Amino acid sequence: MEDFAQMKPARTGLHTWLLTDTPASPRQAALGRAYRRWRRFSSNPLSMLGLAILLLLVVVAAVGPILVSQDPLQQVLAERLTPPGAAHWFGTDQLGRDILSRLVHGSRLTLAIAMLVVVLVVPVGLAIGTVAGYCGGIVDTVLMRVTDVALAFPKIVLALAFAAALGPGVLNAVIALSITAWPPYARLARAESLRLARADYIHAARLQGASHLRILLRYIVPLCSSSVIVRATLDMAGIILAVAGLGFLGLGAQPPSPEWGYMVAAGRNVLLDAWWVATIPGLAILAVSLAFNLLGDGLRDVFDPRHGG
Amino acid sequence: MSTVTFIERVRAMSAHRGGVRIALALAHWIAMLVITFTGLLAITFFIGRKIPIDPVLAILGDRASAGAYAAARLRLGLDKPLIDQFVIYARDVLHGNLGVSLLTANPVIDDIKRVFPATLELATLSTFIGIAIGVPLGVAAAVKHNRIVDHIARVIGLAGSSVPVFWLALMGLLLFYARLHWVSGPGRIDPVYDGMVDTRTGSLLIDSLVAGEWDVFRNAFSHIALPASVLAFYSIAYLSRMTRSFMLEQLSQEYVTTARAKGLPERRVIWRHAFGNIAVPLLTVIALAYSYLLEGSVLTEIVFAWPGIGSYLTGALLNADMNAVLGSTLVIGATFIALNLLTDALYRVFDPRTR
Repeated sequence: MEDFAQMKPARTGLHTWLLTDTPASPRQAALGRAYRRWRRFSSNPLSMLGLAILLLLVVVAAVGPILVSQDPLQQVLAERLTPPGAAHWFGTDQLGRDILSRLVHGSRLTLAIAMLVVVLVVPVGLAIGTVAGYCGGIVDTVLMRVTDVALAFPKIVLALAFAAALGPGVLNAVIALSITAWPPYARLARAESLRLARADYIHAARLQGASHLRILLRYIVPLCSSSVIVRATLDMAGIILAVAGLGFLGLGAQPPSPEWGYMVAAGRNVLLDAWWVATIPGLAILAVSLAFNLLGDGLRDVFDPRHGG
Repeated sequence: MSTVTFIERVRAMSAHRGGVRIALALAHWIAMLVITFTGLLAITFFIGRKIPIDPVLAILGDRASAGAYAAARLRLGLDKPLIDQFVIYARDVLHGNLGVSLLTANPVIDDIKRVFPATLELATLSTFIGIAIGVPLGVAAAVKHNRIVDHIARVIGLAGSSVPVFWLALMGLLLFYARLHWVSGPGRIDPVYDGMVDTRTGSLLIDSLVAGEWDVFRNAFSHIALPASVLAFYSIAYLSRMTRSFMLEQLSQEYVTTARAKGLPERRVIWRHAFGNIAVPLLTVIALAYSYLLEGSVLTEIVFAWPGIGSYLTGALLNADMNAVLGSTLVIGATFIALNLLTDALYRVFDPRTR
């Protein structure tokens, strides 16, 4: 009881230290701002739900394969198309493979693909957008025309054509999606840097002798990144769906890989007899892309309050 | 200078400037169209001629004779510089020559002419459903902000950007076709009725109506109802979300308060004043939604065995029929680009704020 009484003021102390109007150091100010954002973010139950689902996904991807006993590729033909039950929580597919185990192993693929697309796409978009916005003039015109042209392309169809030409496979699916996904980031980064480039502190930095490259990398890019991160989170839902779509068409991961989109496609042939084979992987895709949408909405509210509705 | 002539002059000037503005917008639009389409051509050229190790084999298949191989190689200009190859390619495409499909042995352009109307019919019907439900839902959500309608609209909006379309299509088949028997299964029409009406518009619904064949119409409708509803779901989600945010912005403006203060009926304030002001952006969003549906149809058609360009493209993809893949990509891409830029032009011409 006494411990508890002592703990409470300590927590409040941290709380007031974080929320103070007069931070003593840049570190305190930064932590305070992060804390305020976290409080705002965590007050929205839907955003927290999104975060929880994604944390679960990460945990499952990290330790799940150790926990599930069945091999995701092991075929037990005697147990083919077993409905969900005690032995197989999510049932088995037409080759008798445990669907839960395949889902758990597939979560690594899904996460890896989504991360890879973002890692490939965001730097390209950021580079093009910030350079265009900061340099202005002819550089801006040319880069933004290219972006406009790329923005007017049909993304999924082009990704399909690329995937077809490159040959099916996870890596090729990632490349195909990346090629078509960068323009919105360039637009966004350009709009942000256009606004930032005119700011007084950028002029001040220039007058102090900072090079263009330094201003871009140390001032503009970090300030653009919050809106780019929000956008990337919201985009992730679309990327997950697109990856699954490529897998569904047979252009993504190849059998026997436990990729979720391919699992839905495999369940298509037995849909009327064994609903769970296609339904359950689809629900998994839905849950993850929903989670990214919820998280992205929450982050947007925190980082860009203008956009509230 | 009297006031009247001054006003007249200003009017004449602004009318003149308006003409110039529209001409400039048009010139800009045409330039963008040409550039963007050239970009699309460059990409399909790159995919078709540069990614494959041997583009001739990719086009002819590996059973081509040596003579045919040499002829094709010469015709594609593969011995010439890259830019010449591209010019030959662009000229072929502009003449409607998309090559021959390996799979069907028909010219790709003929195949596409045959299958594209089915896709357009599906996408158009879906868009109509999307407008009919999505727009009123968005308006209601904005008017009843944070009330139950708003929450429903939000859930639909979230679902629209989270549910995999191919999975929703499968679930629709499972529920409405296999379990409830409300609709007919895959395909566009039962084989019994196939070819019973002459093709006039390419839309089976319209053609059968014109011919007065009610049985055909009913059957075609029971086939299209489910795929159209599945696609429409995404339109509803997108259109209601956009309508809601447009309306919320308008409803917070002072003129709405003024109109209400004048004692105008709420219905009139909402539909005539606020909704009237969002018509232009809404129109552009609808055109965008239509172009997204063309894309979405690729994944939907395959589930419903809908004989449109999506199924054609997918079949070609899986058989490495590159001419058909690139031809379909070009046609979908060109439609997509035209719609995209059309919305942009509409916006520039009609929205006073962009003047």
